[in-house]
Amino acid sequence: MSLLRLYLGRSWFEVKVMMRDRSAVVFSMLLPVFLLVIFGSVFGHQTIAHTGVRVSQYLVAGLLASGLLYSSFQLLAIAIPEERATGALKRLRGAPLPRSAYFVGKFATSVVVYAAQSALLLSIGHYTFDITLPTRAGWFTFAWVSVLGLVASSLLGIALSAAARDGKSASAIAAPMVIFFQFTSGVYFVYTSLPQWMQRLAAFFPLKWMAQAMRSVFLPAAFGHFEAAGSFELSRAALVLVAWIAIGVVLARFAFRWTDEGE
Amino acid sequence: MDVVAVRGLVRRYGDLVAVDGLDLNVGAGECVAMLGPNGAGKSTTVEILEGYRRRDAGEVRVLGVDPARGDRAWRARLGIVLQSVNDLAAVHVGEALAHFASFYPAPRPVEEVVALVGLEAKVGARIGSLSGGQRRRLDVALGVIGRPELLFLDEPTTGFDPEARRAFWDLIATLRAEGTTILLTTHYLEEADALADRVVVVARGRKVADTTPDELKGRDRDVVVVRWWDGELREERTASPTATVARLAEHFGGEVPGLEVVRPTLEEAYLALVEGTAT
Repeated sequence: MSLLRLYLGRSWFEVKVMMRDRSAVVFSMLLPVFLLVIFGSVFGHQTIAHTGVRVSQYLVAGLLASGLLYSSFQLLAIAIPEERATGALKRLRGAPLPRSAYFVGKFATSVVVYAAQSALLLSIGHYTFDITLPTRAGWFTFAWVSVLGLVASSLLGIALSAAARDGKSASAIAAPMVIFFQFTSGVYFVYTSLPQWMQRLAAFFPLKWMAQAMRSVFLPAAFGHFEAAGSFELSRAALVLVAWIAIGVVLARFAFRWTDEGE
Repeated sequence: MDVVAVRGLVRRYGDLVAVDGLDLNVGAGECVAMLGPNGAGKSTTVEILEGYRRRDAGEVRVLGVDPARGDRAWRARLGIVLQSVNDLAAVHVGEALAHFASFYPAPRPVEEVVALVGLEAKVGARIGSLSGGQRRRLDVALGVIGRPELLFLDEPTTGFDPEARRAFWDLIATLRAEGTTILLTTHYLEEADALADRVVVVARGRKVADTTPDELKGRDRDVVVVRWWDGELREERTASPTATVARLAEHFGGEVPGLEVVRPTLEEAYLALVEGTAT
């Protein structure tokens, strides 16, 4: 009955139930993998002008960063309103489960989805599109970007869960946001080729920084000169993500609700 | 000490006063039914007792604790069966029970609870595949898995067919026999009659009667309605119907047209009680 056992039990239960939810598995876990296969097959062999960098290499960095949004922000922003609408949250609130255990369980689903998704992206990328895997220093950056990105995106997903009354309306809110961030943050297009206003807008949000940091992992160091600031700006990326974690804590704290009954 | 003690409970939603100075007591081992029409304030009251909703005024103690300050240890002593939830659809019956059991310090064994609610054949079934009645049985199973000292049942049989309702009543009777204190809300009179030691009738957020089911049924039993036809339908409520009929026979010089002598049903006694508070 220790807290740790409740956290583990809740996480196991949440992950098990999430894996049975076909739409969560398809839209939050597998979608970036499909996108890699499609875009990689069409444009993968082309190189980005003046850089000699293959499009598939650029793409995999962006999709891993997007995956952080899919597997936490989108997953939780849809799953939580669904659970509120069915009464699952109300039942848990009335049971002697520590509130923190609920959020630990939700975070566990994000971690599992992201782990599976990035393993698929990297292995398919490596074996099918000949993507160069990171160096040891690269793996270290990959790890901290993933951790900070998952925490920030999960908190923002919990905050956004307040915006919808059920799972259906939640997907209509979260999915377009994820698509919007991807197109404006340099996931599918080279960031510096986007209009200035779009770049400036995207720079407020985490995905631009997650994608940029992921590019430092997967692209040659020389590509840094082609980034907006002339470098990958890793410390700034870390700072922005930490800032979004702080914002996310506050937003999630005030926005999250267990029931829809206006208390 | 009473398991539930409520004095002068008030809850407003904007201008609407949902609960208006309600008093309620439930003793240990008692099964009390809160009976009243929709919108009487039953569910609001129960949700305040369960710690879901705040109150505007009044004293509330549930198992000696103010529900607004109830902690995990307090929650572990309660069982809550909510109205209309349809969660856990992808989870199997046995999985859900084992998972919820892990929240409590001394849960009942899963097999015991499954047998108690009669879902032995459904342990491996997805909860989403259960019928309405089975689903409610599972809700009760989840409510009692932690061996609660007090069980809340909020309109547990709404939407049931008569057969499922009777089967459900048997289940509640078993829990009662085990000594669980139960607070039940319902808008079915027969349900209160079948299950409760005591019936608290609530209308417009106030208690209008606090009595036993038998007493409630006995109310107005001595008053009957005499109806007859005299160019229009006439009606008289009286405690001495024989005298009324004799008088009418004399008036009509024999047979009284359209004569009817009716004893009010339990339903009518209850409606008179609930509507009596309108003025």
